[in-house]
Amino acid sequence: MIEVLRAGPLTTLQDLGRPGLAHLGVGRSGAVDRPSLRLANRLVGNPEGAPALETTFGGLVLRFTEAATVAVTGAPAPLCVDGRAHAGCTPVTVRAGQVLELGMPTRGVRTYLALRGGVACELVLGSAATDLLSRLGPAPLRDGDTVELGRPAGPMPGVDHAAVAPLPDEVVLRAVPGPRADWFTDDSLTRLGRAAYEVTAASDRIGLRLEGPALTRGRTHELPSEGIVEGAVQVPPDGRPVIFLADHPVTGGYPVVAVVHPEDVPLAAQARPGQPLRFALQRPLL
Amino acid sequence: MTRLLAAGHRGLLVECDDLPQVMALHRTLEEARAGGALPGVVDLVPAARTVLVTFDDTSSHSRVAEALASLDVRAADHERPDHEVEVAVTYDGDDLDEVARLSGLSVEEVVRRHGAATYRVAFTGFAPGFAYLVGGDAALVVPRRGTPRTRVPRGSVALAGEFTGIYPQEGPGGWQLIGRTEAPLWDLDRQPPALLAPGTRVRFTRRDP
Repeated sequence: MIEVLRAGPLTTLQDLGRPGLAHLGVGRSGAVDRPSLRLANRLVGNPEGAPALETTFGGLVLRFTEAATVAVTGAPAPLCVDGRAHAGCTPVTVRAGQVLELGMPTRGVRTYLALRGGVACELVLGSAATDLLSRLGPAPLRDGDTVELGRPAGPMPGVDHAAVAPLPDEVVLRAVPGPRADWFTDDSLTRLGRAAYEVTAASDRIGLRLEGPALTRGRTHELPSEGIVEGAVQVPPDGRPVIFLADHPVTGGYPVVAVVHPEDVPLAAQARPGQPLRFALQRPLL
Repeated sequence: MTRLLAAGHRGLLVECDDLPQVMALHRTLEEARAGGALPGVVDLVPAARTVLVTFDDTSSHSRVAEALASLDVRAADHERPDHEVEVAVTYDGDDLDEVARLSGLSVEEVVRRHGAATYRVAFTGFAPGFAYLVGGDAALVVPRRGTPRTRVPRGSVALAGEFTGIYPQEGPGGWQLIGRTEAPLWDLDRQPPALLAPGTRVRFTRRDP
């Protein structure tokens, strides 16, 4: 068992979410930075989609009442066990009675802590993910909560350290225009491809909210609500783009000007408030 | 269908002419997927004028487009006579007088007409289990409230535009409230958890307060 001494600003249980239920109004949810969740699980010999902890700006303190093997990935944050520093992206053994502290990341937002055996919890619609928009899945961790370890499903991997690319100073996201690029003026699209945006503090698991040049609609009538994909760059009436992340609504009534490349969505998920962000607009796909 | 639009690398947005076409296409796609004809497809999301098809990296825009072209959407029977739900409603909503005023009918006539129609779930969204029902009386097409409510009680039966909706859980909302139901709209222990999935036929029965 693990005791949560401090839960930090926002720590949730996440896995790969609930794909395939959007027609019932249920979004995918799950880890916003899925490659980091997968890596953390691989490092401790779990199936890639095992439930793990997703922290937001660290601040997590856990006391282990039994021995465990953990791995930390995603936003690089100081990791200490009983005051002794350990590296990220490598399995770390924690003995019974020890206290693990995960500090504020130096870059990025979300740090993942996988536990060998995963976390034992009740699944909601096949997933342990906390969906903050739909209010599905377990509540975010609170101080004093306990977390039950699951059972290891496979052997420990042969590798003991994974190399990952460092998070960039300026976030550049590849994006393709559409499906509603034609609802905007031509120079708005040009502006989207050239402008320097800044990530705002209003960003969360639902979406990344940006400050910067507003985009202007060419068509001003109301768009009937339509299905939304992860990475969609939606433009609300104030013209400032929102990039939708894991807990995004299933449908939306504002036009989507472009969609971020799936491989770059994890970069968006790690973009910090105040960080500069640009779109590298690519040719339309159709 | 009129147009295919790319919704990023893993999505295709199919634009339809009208809502009945959306419902027919969604039903046809669901059947095709159940028959194994749409490998790699993750989600089929019907909405007011579109169906969004999302897929994983084993499929592509062109594969989904090819599959779409091979479907006979017209032949699809988008009604599911085997899938009919009765929802008992107590018609005492806070906006009943306003709906009567907007439609030029008496409150009694609003209630009678709302209960007389047969509805179908066109699509869901807004919240888990929130269904957009069509098929209502044309006289009961009313706009949303000028100011949305911050708190709409769970089970509220409401009107907006051509749609009837039922709030599966408490939350904010701008629809005109005409009644309430105790029907279990969202139950995680049921498969599927939503009582009202796209295509389901719905009849409202009147229940005295």
